[in-house]
Amino acid sequence: MPDGLFIFFAALTIGAAALLVLSRNAVTSAMGMILALVGVAADFFLLDAYFLGVLQVLVYAGAVMVLFLFIIMLLSDTEENPTTYPWRHAVTGLAVFFFLAAGVIWLFVWSGAVPSNQVHFAPPEVSSDPLVFTTAAKSFGRLLYTKYLLPLEISGFLLLVALVGVVSISKDSKIQS
Amino acid sequence: MEHTTLSHHLLLAGMLFVIGLSGVLIRRNLLVVYMCLELMLTASTLALVAFSRFNNTMDGAIFVFFIITVAAAEVAVGLALIVALFRQRQTVSSDKLTTLCD
Repeated sequence: MPDGLFIFFAALTIGAAALLVLSRNAVTSAMGMILALVGVAADFFLLDAYFLGVLQVLVYAGAVMVLFLFIIMLLSDTEENPTTYPWRHAVTGLAVFFFLAAGVIWLFVWSGAVPSNQVHFAPPEVSSDPLVFTTAAKSFGRLLYTKYLLPLEISGFLLLVALVGVVSISKDSKIQS
Repeated sequence: MEHTTLSHHLLLAGMLFVIGLSGVLIRRNLLVVYMCLELMLTASTLALVAFSRFNNTMDGAIFVFFIITVAAAEVAVGLALIVALFRQRQTVSSDKLTTLCD
């Protein structure tokens, strides 16, 4: 059996994700999304990935979800009309959910494909080997500026491209309307 | 961390992914569909961090770092596209956006 904190945060995450999918109000969905992201960040903490947990809360649950809420409030058409809610979408979605959920549970619980007798050890805070999993944010910086320097440059360039693209998209639609 | 194994974290990640996928299929509001896509992305990062931790390598965690970066850029562009679409068509319901079907 897993420890209590994991069960608590896993239940919180799954429940919040269900709220995201099932709520008819888009703002309630966004609140469920924030809760699910915070639950995933807590699971990052339980996996000793502290830096990623903080990053998840800052970037996802903070910046990205504020952007989502802003756009939801900006567009007035947030309520889904129950009469325009065709049943076959719900049936398709539920069928996919049950088949895939059964598959996931079978694969990770009963099939034995995932090794369960893992050695448990506390990760070191600092390691001289740059490839070993550590809890310090320093090891991220060391790998990002040595082994993953080119992907870092490319992702920086991607952020610039996204910035320019968003400005040009907003400008074009303003001219047309 | 005492008693959780790799399969527990993978089970959570898999269930989150499946919930996100069924949300993409069920929901008609483009913004909510987009949030469900983000949820699927987050589920995959959870699986990557779990593998990274249990294999005792740093590469999966670095990969999650890049995924978070790219997702932030992707959300900005996607939401700008949805706003531009709303200005043109006055709706964000995917039932009414069927120009390419007709």
